[in-house]
Parts: sequence; structure tokens; C-alpha cells
Amino acid sequence: MDAESLLLSLELASGSGQGLSPDRRASLLTSLLLVKRDYRYSRVLFWGRILGLVTDYYIAQGLIEDQLAPRKTLYSLNCMEWSLLPPATEEMVEQTSVVKGRFMGDPSHEYEHVDLQKVNDGDKVFEEEIVVRIKEETRLVSIIDQIDKAVAVIPRGALFKTPFGPVHVNRTFEGLSMSEAKKLSSYFHFREPVELKNKTLLEKADLDPSLDFMDSLENDIPKGSWSIQMERGNALVVLRSLLWPGLTFYHTPGTKNCGYIYVGTGEKNIDLPFML
Amino acid sequence: MEDSTAQKQEKENQESGEEERPWGEITAASSQDFKSGLSEPLESEQGPETEPYSRSSPPGSPQSRDSAPLGDLTGPGASSPPSPPEEPSSTPPLALSGQGLEAPRQTHPNHSVIPEAETPHSDHLKQSSDIGELTHLTCQSTGNAFPQFQQTNGHLYEPRDVSCSNSKQKELRFDIFQEEDSNSNYDLDEAEPETAPSVLETAIQNAKAYLLKTSSQSGLNLYDHLSNMLTKILDERPENAVDIIENISQDVKMAHFSKKLDTLQNENEMLPTYEIAEKQKALFLQGHLEGADQELEDEIAGNSLPNVMESAFYFEQAGVSLGTDETYRVFLALKQLTDTHPIQRCRFWGKILGLEMNYIVAEAELRDGEDEEEAEEEDVTEERDNEDSEGEEDDELPRSFYKAPQAIPKEESRTGANKYVYFVCNEPGRPWVKLPSVTPAQIVIARQIKKFFTGRLGTPIISYPPFPGDESNYLRAQIARISAGTHVSPLGFYQFSEEEGEEEEEVEGGRDSFEENPDFEGIQVVDLVESLSNWVHHVQHILPQGRCNWFNPIQKSEEEEEDDDEEKEEKEEFDYIEQEVGPPLLTPISEDLEIQSIPPWTTRLCSNLIPQYAIAVLRSNLWPGAYAFCNGKKFENLYIGWGHKYSPESYTPPVPPPVCQEYPSGPELTEMDDPSVEEEQAFRAAQEAAVPPAEENEDTDEDEEDYD
Repeated sequence: MDAESLLLSLELASGSGQGLSPDRRASLLTSLLLVKRDYRYSRVLFWGRILGLVTDYYIAQGLIEDQLAPRKTLYSLNCMEWSLLPPATEEMVEQTSVVKGRFMGDPSHEYEHVDLQKVNDGDKVFEEEIVVRIKEETRLVSIIDQIDKAVAVIPRGALFKTPFGPVHVNRTFEGLSMSEAKKLSSYFHFREPVELKNKTLLEKADLDPSLDFMDSLENDIPKGSWSIQMERGNALVVLRSLLWPGLTFYHTPGTKNCGYIYVGTGEKNIDLPFML
Repeated sequence: MEDSTAQKQEKENQESGEEERPWGEITAASSQDFKSGLSEPLESEQGPETEPYSRSSPPGSPQSRDSAPLGDLTGPGASSPPSPPEEPSSTPPLALSGQGLEAPRQTHPNHSVIPEAETPHSDHLKQSSDIGELTHLTCQSTGNAFPQFQQTNGHLYEPRDVSCSNSKQKELRFDIFQEEDSNSNYDLDEAEPETAPSVLETAIQNAKAYLLKTSSQSGLNLYDHLSNMLTKILDERPENAVDIIENISQDVKMAHFSKKLDTLQNENEMLPTYEIAEKQKALFLQGHLEGADQELEDEIAGNSLPNVMESAFYFEQAGVSLGTDETYRVFLALKQLTDTHPIQRCRFWGKILGLEMNYIVAEAELRDGEDEEEAEEEDVTEERDNEDSEGEEDDELPRSFYKAPQAIPKEESRTGANKYVYFVCNEPGRPWVKLPSVTPAQIVIARQIKKFFTGRLGTPIISYPPFPGDESNYLRAQIARISAGTHVSPLGFYQFSEEEGEEEEEVEGGRDSFEENPDFEGIQVVDLVESLSNWVHHVQHILPQGRCNWFNPIQKSEEEEEDDDEEKEEKEEFDYIEQEVGPPLLTPISEDLEIQSIPPWTTRLCSNLIPQYAIAVLRSNLWPGAYAFCNGKKFENLYIGWGHKYSPESYTPPVPPPVCQEYPSGPELTEMDDPSVEEEQAFRAAQEAAVPPAEENEDTDEDEEDYD
């Protein structure tokens, strides 16, 4: 959700129960403004909150003019002092995939993972235990990256691609119409397209190259990994990710108000097929 | 490239300038032919077909007519750019079409193409239907590729590749051209099927289907529109068609008469919005309505309604809230509930998220008006008994030994897991639905499954251990589990009630009723945050059996046992099933079990900035979404979430039940061999020796022989 319209956004996204206490709101409004100035972002998003066992991580993201460019991620424990996280790499994701369970809330906490590795010593093959230490900060980076890639959502038309390549915020976006708002196909993944190239010519024929340059949600695997609800008597669309429970996307049809927030434990729901 | 070829062409044109004249005449004649053809009502397709010629003729043929020598020299090659692109592209089919045509071209490689290409092709076009239209359209679009055509006359498909790479649009059009052509002159160009793979054909089909797609707004499609446009142009023959093409397009569209479809129903896109608003209006109006009958209000609403807004304020401090307006709507809905039902005490339990709709859950204690649901459910159990008795009808064959494990009866209302009654609604303003009371079997099964709620109470729950009931029962079971796990209060707020407590102790050593401590002094918030032992459970623990109070399933079944072996087995089992005991009521939560090294609770102070006015916030890690706050004197519990328990491991479906062992092979199952002849003879000998009369034996012999 945009840092500037934080209060309205929080009110809209509150259907899932996760909000911010008044002191957190006030400090976010103050500190995100400063973040925007200091890091020279054109737009700052309040990304959400990862619940730790001791303390919570508050996450913000800074965007430059090109909306699809790699985003900078910042975290804070008290909503005032923000620290920049390093960009996520493939290695990190692979490395932290062995860690399960909840976040602690301490960035310097180290998870220990015992890895069994086969060692060839001459003719003998024996297994050796290798203790891998993984910092929680690394895990935080990779989880945020995974969530961003998997379930960050933007309605169709909110961004547009300029002829020169960069993607900008569409100032003429008037919100989705009521019939569009009920369909998953009007929502896009807020990331570089992955699946778009695999579409057939007929599917592509309808696409508007300046608007349809991202993957739509409707082809997500497994089918049914989104819950789409009209709340307040159709006045508000709420999308909840079931794959990453805690991610809530809200949009008021007919207006520009839209955004997403993640409040959760930072764990993927791998039981999804059993639960549907 | 183009320049060089153009020059080359010019040269050749000059060399054979005389030959140009007939061409001019021919084209003029042919175009006249077409004009006359147009007047005939025969084929409307002819209009589009002739279109390219009429376009090419103004630059080409009039000049040749007016000033013959000049036009001869420069006309086709240099001064009329639109014409050359057409001609060569129309030649390729011809190149393969007839050898008679091919021969003269070889003699006059370049410019002879021009006349010959035009005339036969037009003939051919007449035969083929509206293909010609398309071919020429595409030809013009691929004008850039002209020089390549010239050079690579023999290789038909190379220029296509070039033009394909130019742009996708061209590729599309060209594909159409290619396909249409191949359909019409299929026998002529044999190379076509080889080089056109099926992928390409499907792409063409796709493109054509796309062109034929009808717009929902105007009811037109692009394919018809283009052909209408071209018909119009050919009908009217405007001087500068290319300049006013936009206007023509607009005119054609305007001329298209379309009536707005009568949809029989009014467009009610926003209807649900109004509907819920109408229902919620009733919530806001009910205050006035109640003013009428004061007695009822005094009687019922005395203290049954909780102060939702106050606790919502504290929860908001804790960072848990539904939003101010929704909370107030819930508040009003609770008021509606207490007004319409005989409720002694009511509480906002929380919200359970669903896939399509959510549930707002209210926890209530009824006054005296208990309902009749239990009777119905008893009927159900009776039916089950009947089913069992039906099995007893035929005594001759052995009946199934298997008896379903004895159903554990559910707890009485107002006790155990059924202490409270729960009402749910999907949205504030919609009617409240009372959930049925929970049975132990439902709780036991609910512990083994993990399903999302859909938001419709009647949805069947399809799961591996079959769940006895629909979503309302599952919801009720989850509510019972969450309440038992996460409803906590600060130490000292509740105490055991003295009179009842003693009675309970006699039964099972644990007490299950409590009352508010009138002498509760409050508790320091800091203590609440620092020590988990200052929080206690005030809802009974649910045993693995699925009940809060132990029910002994053994006593009745013992009488029926007859065989000694079975009795022994049963007794062993009985020894194994000892009374399940859970933590008693008002146990501190510091004794809760850890979830694999994860503490089950997290406590925090809601604000570190102003600690003196902060409240203690408790968050359950076992049931994500369960919160409790206490500001020293007041406390409240709230659950907002999906209704699932947390586990660090992924959900594992329960293992299938063990396969029943077959009956052990023993003397009851095995049979002796048939009696042999020797044995029988020995037997007879023995009998004869014993009993002199032999008549009976003979009879038996005969019988035995029959059996052998």
C-alpha cells in the first residue's frame, strides 16, 4: 500500500483483522516520508509485517520511476529506524529453503541446520554432519522476495508501459469496473512477466501491449490459490492469497484505491491442496 | 536495394518501351470489364476484387493514355509506386500456375511480368471468391518486399520470411494471403503444403478468428467492416480514397444500424450493494424501533450486550482490528441478536475468514429458552440403532462381529464444549444462524483434517476421515477447539464457585465451573507481560476423546462379552484406555505445551513509548489470529483468522486404518480328507463284527458311493 495514503489503505484492508496500532501508524507516516527523502525513491510502499516470536519486522519498499525495476526493501523493528536489506539472490533462496518454522524477530539470530553430506574418503563412503548457519536476515530477504514474486498484486490498468520500456503509474486509471473486479483475470502479478511468452497468438491478440504486459493471476497454480470476495456489499474487493496466507489485496472498484499488505508469519502454506 | 532494382527496371522499361502500350490498353480494358462486371448483380465479391486495379490504374493507365510516350517510359516503373508492389507478388502463383505463362516471362524476365501478370491473374481472381481482395490487400502491405520478389523469382517463400521478420502484422496478413491462395490454387502450387506447417495454419485460423470476433459494443467485426468499407469505396469511387479512409470507416460504422438489445431485466450491477445497505439500515434503525416497547429493552438488553467498542479500542491499540465502521456494524448486529433471542450474556467471539464469505461469530449464553435441536439429533442416533437391529434378522448365518466403536455421547448443553451457544452471520445485517452443538466425534475428526471454510454453512466437508456433518459442524468444532486453546484471563479474575465446585470434585477431581472474583484487585500490566503464569485458561481443556469431561465408554459393553478370549482382549484394552486427563480449569498458560521449541504464546506491551498507559497483548502462536489483551482490570479474547491450527510441519493426512487380519487357520476352518475306501472297509468290518444285522450298513454304503 502506498505510504502516502496509508490510513485509508489500512482501513480498507482491515477486513482480515490485521491492522496497525495508532502509535505504529503515526510513526510509519513520519518515518516513511523520511525514507523517501533520504533514499530518493519516487514512491514508497508499506509492504507489511512479518510476525516474529519476540518482535515483528515492519517492511517497506522503495520504488524508482520504473515500477517494475528491482525494488529496494527496508525493514524496521520499531517503525522508526529503517535498514536496507540486500537484494535476494538465488543462492539465498536455496540456502534458506531448509529453514522452517517461525521467525524469531532478531535479525542476527542464527538458525542451525544440520546437513548430511556424503564424503568419499578413499573407498569408504560415510556421511558427515555439516552444521550450516543461516542468519535470519538472509531468510527475511529471501522470504520477502518469494512473497513478492508469488503474490504481489496490481489491478489491470494501474500501471502502463511507456513506448521506451519503463513502466509508470497510470494517472488515468479509474479503477476496475464492477464486472471486471470480480474476475481474477483483471489482476496482475506485480513483477516481471514470466508466463506471458508462453501464451498463444489468439490469447495475445486481445492484449493491449501498454497495459497487458504482466502475468495475470488467473493462471496461478494451483487453481484456487486466491480467495476473491466482495465486501461491504460489493463496495470493496478483497483478494486473499491462500498460498501465502496473510497477504491481502484490496481495491475499491471505480476508484484508484488499491494495494496489498502482508501480515503473517512468513511461511508458505504447502498444505493448500489438502485444504481446498 | 530498392533503388538499384528500380533503376534496373527503368532501364529495361526504356529498352522495351513499346511493349508497354498494350499493357496500358489491357489494363484499361480489364478495368472496364470489371466496371461492367460490377454493374451486374451477380457477385458482390467482384467489387473488392477489382479494387486494387482501379487503384493502380489511375497512376498507370491514364497516363499512358493521355501521354503515351512519357507514360511508356516512366509510368509503371518509376512514376507509379503503388503498382509495382502488386504485380510481382501476384506473379508467384502464376509462376507455378501455368507453363505457358512461364515461358514468355523467361524470355522477358522483368517487365514482361507486368502485362501478363495482370490479365491472367484477374481472370483467375474472378473465379476465386473474395480471396482476391485479401491477396491484394496483403500485397500492398508487403510492398517493401518487392525487390526481393523480383530477384528471387524462383524461390517463392524466401521473401515471405523477410517480410515476416519485418513485423508481425505483416506476417499475419501475409499468412492470410498465403492460406487463401493455397486454398484456391491448391493444385497449382505444390510447394505450399510442404512449407506451411500445421502450426502456421493454426496461427492463421487464430488470426482469422480474431478478425471475425464480434465486438460486444457495436456488434460488428473487423472482417465485415473492412469488406463493407471496400464495397463502399468501390461503389462510390472517390478520387482520393486513401486520404479519406478514416471518414469512410466512420461512415460505414454510422450507417450500420444497431438496436440496443432488450435484456428483459434491468441492469442491476450494483444490486448487492443496495441490498446489504438496506439490511444494514435496519441495524441503525432498530434503536428507534425499540423505544416503543421499553419493558423488553429493560428486561433483555440490561447487561447481555458486551461493550464491543471498548474492547475494539483496546484491540486496536494491540494492532488487531476490523476497522472502525465494521466493528460498529458488528456491535449493532450483536444488539440485534440480543434483542431477538433470549440471551443472557453475549460476546463478540471473532471472525473466521472463508473463501467466498466470512463468518462473524458471537458467543452467547441462553437464558431459559433452550431449543429442540437435541431431540432431533437423538432421533438420528436411534435410527442408527435401528440399522443395527436390522442386521439381526437372519440368525442362520453368522452376523458381522464388527461393531462400530461406541459413539461417545455429546456433552449436555451448558457444560463442557457445549457450554456456550454460537451464532454466526456472514456480514453484519444478515440474519444470525445458530450453530448446532458439537459432538465429540466431530472434534476428533476435525483434529485430523485441515480445510478452508467456504462461507456457506451447508457445504459438505469432503475429507479423508469422513467428517460427520457439514460446514456448520466443522465450524462449530473449530470454534470449540480455538476457544479451549486460546481463551485466557488474567490470574485471579475468575475463581471456582464454592458450592458447585465441591460437587464436581466428587465426580472427577476437576472442577468445571467458575465465577467472577468480586475481590479482583487488578493486576500489574508489566507482570502480565513478563510472566505467562499470570494468565490462566478459563475454558475447559478438550480431551483426546473429544469431550471436556471424561466419559467412560467401557461399562456398558462389558456385559455383552461371552467368550473368554475376547473378554481378555477387551480387558487389556480397557486397561490401556485409562481416563484421559487434561490440565484442569484455570491452569496458567505457562504450562501449555510447546510446539517443537516454539513457545505457544507471545506477550508484548502494546506501546513502548508510553509504558505507563500501555496494555498487555497476548498472541497465540498455536492458533494464529487469536489475541487477548488486558489492561489490568479488563480483558478480552478475540480470534480473527482462517480457523486453522499452526504446525511447523506440513499437514500429513492420517494413515489409513489397519487392515483387518483374516481368521487364523485352525480346526474350525480346515477339513479332513474324504474317507478312503480302506477306511470304510475297515469301518464296515468293525461294524459287522459288532452288529450282526447288515441292512443298514448297505444303505450307507450306497450313499457313500454316491458321494464319491
